[in-house]
Formats: sequence, C-alpha cells, structure tokens
Amino acid sequence: MATTSATDVVMPQMGVSVSEGTITKWLKQEGETVAADESLLEISTDKVDTEVPSPAAGVVQQILVQEGETVEVGTKLAVIAPEGAEAPPAEAAPPPAEEAPTPEPATQEAAAEAEAPSSSEGETPVPAAAAPEAPAPEPAAPAPEADGATGEKTFISPVVARIASEHGVDVGQVQGSGRGGRVTKKDILAFVESGAPAAPAEPAAPPTPPEPAPPEAPAEAPAPAPEAPPAPQQQPVAEAPPKPAPPAAPAPVQQPEPGEAVEPMTAMRRGIAEHMRRSLDTSAHVTSAIEVDMSKVVAIRKKLKKEYEASYGVNPTYLSFVARATVETLRDYPWINGELRGDQIVTRNYVNLGFAVELTDGKGLIVPVVRHTEGLNLLGMARSISEIATRAREKKLLPDDVQGGTFTITNPGGYGTFHGTPVISQPQAAILGTYAVVKRPWVIQDDRGEDVIAIRPIMNLTLTYDHRLVDGALAGRFLRDLRQRLESWDEDAY
Amino acid sequence: MAEKTYLQAISDGLRQEMQRDKRVFVIGEDVGVYGGAFKVTLGFQEEFGPWRVIDAPLSETAIVGGCTGAAIMGMRPVAEMQFADFISCAWDHLVTVAAKQRWRAGTPVPITVRLPSGGGFSGGPFHSQNPESSFAHIPGLKVICPATPEDAKGLLATAIQDPNPCLYFEHKHLYRRLKAEVPDERYETPFGKARIHRAGDDVSVITWGAMVHTAEEAAQQLEGDGISVEILDLRTLIPWDKQAVLESVAKTSKAVVLHEDTHTGGFGGEIAATIGEEAFEDLDGPLKRITAPDTPVPFSPVLEKAYIPQVEDVAAGIREVAEY
Repeated sequence: MATTSATDVVMPQMGVSVSEGTITKWLKQEGETVAADESLLEISTDKVDTEVPSPAAGVVQQILVQEGETVEVGTKLAVIAPEGAEAPPAEAAPPPAEEAPTPEPATQEAAAEAEAPSSSEGETPVPAAAAPEAPAPEPAAPAPEADGATGEKTFISPVVARIASEHGVDVGQVQGSGRGGRVTKKDILAFVESGAPAAPAEPAAPPTPPEPAPPEAPAEAPAPAPEAPPAPQQQPVAEAPPKPAPPAAPAPVQQPEPGEAVEPMTAMRRGIAEHMRRSLDTSAHVTSAIEVDMSKVVAIRKKLKKEYEASYGVNPTYLSFVARATVETLRDYPWINGELRGDQIVTRNYVNLGFAVELTDGKGLIVPVVRHTEGLNLLGMARSISEIATRAREKKLLPDDVQGGTFTITNPGGYGTFHGTPVISQPQAAILGTYAVVKRPWVIQDDRGEDVIAIRPIMNLTLTYDHRLVDGALAGRFLRDLRQRLESWDEDAY
Repeated sequence: MAEKTYLQAISDGLRQEMQRDKRVFVIGEDVGVYGGAFKVTLGFQEEFGPWRVIDAPLSETAIVGGCTGAAIMGMRPVAEMQFADFISCAWDHLVTVAAKQRWRAGTPVPITVRLPSGGGFSGGPFHSQNPESSFAHIPGLKVICPATPEDAKGLLATAIQDPNPCLYFEHKHLYRRLKAEVPDERYETPFGKARIHRAGDDVSVITWGAMVHTAEEAAQQLEGDGISVEILDLRTLIPWDKQAVLESVAKTSKAVVLHEDTHTGGFGGEIAATIGEEAFEDLDGPLKRITAPDTPVPFSPVLEKAYIPQVEDVAAGIREVAEY
C-alpha cells in the first residue's frame, strides 16, 4: 500500500469477546520507517500475545499509546505517515491559542517546557487545574471537531467521511454550507481543491494535559511509577505535548520498602488475578473428592503406549484417559457441563474441554480449549491435548483457542499433590482436578470373597462445582460414575 | 425521421414488427374492427386480416392464456389490455404459467402484453393505476416503461423479439401529449440501459414513464435557483440499469426516486435500497422517494392532482434533498 496520507494504527479486535488489549512492546519507535505488514508492536489481550503488523508503509510519525497501557479495541495507537512526509509541525505546542488565555509566556519557552513532563518547577503553564480563570480548552478531547470554527458541525455524511479520510482532512476545519452548517460533499471537495493543509494527521493533539502532574513532586524524583516514561525515545521531532502514559491504575504507587523488589504485573497475571477473584465472587465453590483404582487404566495404557507412540507419535497420558471418561460421563450430567446465564440454565450437546496449562517460564497459566471433544476417541483426545498444550506453552495460541470452554480439567498431580480445590473457570459450572497416581495398600476381595490387602495405583479426583447450580449429591453421582468408567475401562468402547 | 406522438410511435412500431415477422399477431378487446380503445391498432385489421388482429371476448384470462399457448407453439403474440388495471384478471396465467414455463420446461414464452397505464385524466381507481411493481417482483417477467416516442417504438420491437413474457407499460397521459422525432426505420432499444434524460450535478432523480417529464419541468424550475438536477430514465424496470444509477449517485451523492405508483412496495424502494447497500459511502444526504400515497386513485380532478406527484411536489422534494 503506497500511502499518500497518514494511516492510523488501531488496537485490533482479537477474538470475539476481547474488548481491550495491552501494548507490551513497540517494535518501531517514532521516526523509524516501517514496511507494510512489518511487525509494528506487540500486544497482549487477556491471555494471548500477538504482533500487530503495520497497516501501511511509511514512517512512524506518532506513538499515541505507550507500552504497558491498556486500551479498548479500536483505540488509535499510532500514526504512520507516508515516507518523506515532513514531520508534524514542530511547534505544535501552543494549544488552540485563541481560546486559552494562558498567561502567555513567550511561546517558545512554553513549548520547550511543556516538553519536559512534570520535571520542571511549578510555573509550567499546565493548562488544566492550575490555570486561573481557565475556560479550559476541553482538556482531553482529541475529537476532530475540537477546533472552534462554527459551534456544532452536526452530521458527517458517508461521502464526506470518505473524502475526509482519503485526503486526510479534518472535517472540523471545513466551513459547512449544508443544513445547520453541515459540511456537504461540495464543501469538502472545495476545501481539498483549495489545497488546504492536509491536516496534520491528528489535530496536533490538543494538549492532553500532563496527567495531574503531582504538583509537589520533588524535582528529580527518579520516575517513581514503573510506567512513567523517562522519555528516552522522544525524538526531537515529536510534537510538544508530553505523553504521560497514564498507567492503567493511577493509584499512587508506594515506594518499595528496603529489601523489597518490585516488578510490574504482566497482562496475563492481571488477567488471571481478575478472573480468579471474579470467579470466587461469582460461584459458590464446593469441592468433593473420590479415590479411583487405576489398575485397569495403568494396564491398558502400558499396552497402548507402545502402539500409540510407534504408530501416531502420541503419548496416551493418564490425563487423556480421564478426559475421555469425563466427556462420556458429562453426557449424563448436562448441568455440570452447563452454565448459569442470568436466571437461566444453559446446557449443551457438546463438550468443549479446557485444560489448565502452565507456561514454561512458570509465570502464568492458560486454559486452552479443545472443542467438541464428544467426537474424540482416546487417540484423538490424547493427540488434541498434546497439540494444544504444546501450542499453549510456546505461546502460539490464537484468541479463539482460549474461548468457549464448557468444562475444565486441571492436573496438578504431576508434582505429587493428592488433593486441591481449584477455582472454576467462569462461566462454567465445575472443574475437575486430577492428582498423582500413587501405589497404596488397598482392601479388595480375593476369589473366595475374603478381604485382602493389595497394592493398587490409586488416583484422587476432585470436582469443584458451583453449588448454585450443582448440588452435592449430583456431584457425588458424577464422581461415582466417572470412577466406575475408569475402573472398568472398556478398551473397545473408547 | 418524422415527428410522431408517443401513440403513433407505438402504433408504427407494432405495424413494422407485424410486417417483418409473420409470427406476430395482435389480440385484445376491440383491437380489430374498432381499432383499439385508444386507436393504437387503427387500420390493422384491414392491413393484416382478422386472423392476425383478433377481437377477443371480454376476458383478460382468455387473452393472456391464449397468448401463452400460442407463444409456446412458436408465435409472437402481442396482447392488449384495454387498461393496465385489468391485468389482475390475467395474473394467474402470467405469473403461474408464462413467467415460469421457461424455468420449468425450457420453453420460451415470447409474449408481449401492452398495458395502457397511469392517471391524470380522472379515470378513477380502475383506469389509472401503474401496477409495474407487482410484476417486477415476479421472476421471469420483464417490465418495460417507455417515456419517449423514440423509446416507445424501439422498446416495443425489443419486447416482441424477446423470448420472455414482457409487460409493456405505455402511459396514457403521454399518448397524444408527447411528440418527438422518431426514426422511420425499424430499430431495437436495448433493455436494462438507462437514459440520461438530463445531466446535472447536485441531485439524481431516478424515474421512468410519465414522471420523467414531470421531473424535467421541476428541474427547469430549480435550475433558476442554481440546483442542477440529473434525471435518469430507467426505461425498463426488469432488468434495471443499476450501474447507471450507481454512477449517477457517485457523481451527485444525492438521490430522489420518483414514481407515479403508490409508495409502499413501489419499485422505488428497490432502487433506494440498492443505493443504500452499494453506494453508502457516496451518499451526502438521505434518500428520498416521491410517489403517490398508499390509496386507490381518486376520481375527483382535485384529489387526483393531490395524488399524482405534480411538478411542484417534485421540485419541493428535490430542493429538500439538495439543501440538506
């Protein structure tokens, strides 16, 4: 795409239910050239990280959202200017001069000072609160109409919007002759033909007032908040208004005490934190546990392992046996595979099974979903789990891979734990925990009906369920049936 | 080339087709001895004989049914409904048989039904309607609405030679009011090609039939006020020239759809919807339909004037859109 006018980069929609994303890294800085489709930045939405390609070739003219900030889908992140286009007017600083009767310090100075965020002493003409009789020029409003031509501009018709975007014109600058001062097609065409200044891509950023700059901040406080931009990549080109990068949580960040270390939360960690808290606040969590004699599964797995690995390269893990039996059992317990939606109970004729997977760095958890597991036999289940777990660990999941689960299995047993009370993945009704298979002395009956003690591989299973929907007896029956399936594993059926 | 009325152009066109193609015959109420209620076929029976100019009983069902059979057997019948309004009696034959025969059995049904339509002469509810949209909705039928003498002749020739059932709506109001140069030789005017009746820059008026001339008068009025109107005469509704409409709207970015038929379900809705679908980003104002209201056509001259869009109505509507 040979850009002739500035192109906006916006926060993309990643998957259906994602409404916001966090910028994790800018791969290009202001002033750098970028090719069309070249990776421009990395974003992190809820649980998936991805790179965003540049929508056009050109120069990164302006970065509007800084690393670490979380913004809604559709928010403008940056502006790509056509190569060779001159930089935005250097002295864009003086805010809409006509309207802001700031005490008018020699403009240049003001510009210079405005460039240094909060560092300077008190008398920076901070437009917001400080200004005495401030008829403050609409503080933030980056709205295109912000400039004061003729009061309200009313409706912008489709064709006018199109022409404006094609020519990079700010409709707010066009004098309207239509009804109520509306800018008509003729108006904007005349404006374009008159060679009017192709509006500086963005209305020279009506000064976002430098975030309530902590007025008393000791002059050289070493950027307290982790996010506070020490303005390293501030090209001289960039227009004046400082980019304060308002952190998502503007709460006053406390200085670490001696001996403490501080690291920022990743987007994933924030997502997990939010979800865990919300889940506990939503569902009435209750956990039931059952012991399962895995002798039969162990024997069958031993036999199948060779065959599966040789023929298919797939390891039939205990987890895949449990998953297979769970899906089968869920048929009889639709509510456990269901959901409370408002005051309605939703059930399904399918099972989308989520599996909790730990990331390789040990700093996060993700629950990829295998869809329609009711159609998978043991081999298919084993293969699907292995595939999706690999992709999860390698951060190759797509947004839709982590959505739409109807039931979840978590498997902390790998470390030898024999019991747990996991948190339900909302809005599901239950989560199954699987634990270590341990050899234990087990009372069984011998051929003569006498009780004897045998050594058996035993695994605990827990079902943590939302007691609003699932009663204890129902959960008990579910676990009983699941145990029955595992203990009497029917090789032919699965 | 000679000056001819709209009615003479239809008559000449029909005569030429009958002279050159023996398969063409005419059937209708009073078309023979009497020469037709509007005298379109005056002298035809003398020239072509009673077997090619047939006086039918007072039964539109029989006329269209007979034409359908004859067409299936290889003839090219031209039926006349004495008034377009009466075609409802022939609905079943047209819609159930003629329109679908080719889809069902592969047999072409090349009939042309001439439909004297439209109001403006106090004909009342049974003699003044413009029922084109009802048939435009039926796949398999073609709908033709000539607005000028030249088109009346050329489109009739095309209709008669077309292998599909063609409904040819000739506007009674234009019969003797309109006089213009018409080529003497035979020619066919293609279906689906709109005609720019008047070129302009500010508002596109999309219309057909008699309303082309109402729009023209309105455009002349508005010209004095600096409003430049483009008038597109669709000529045929099925098929209709979508491309021409979209091109015109791309130029003017404002559109008025004008027809004499009633409002709800009128063919103007189809055009407006298509503009909305395919030219959204070209629009600089709301679309407007100017039509008759949703009532039967009144007898009273005063009421009929209030019913049929008049020059003043059209001018006001265009002005409203232009000034948006």
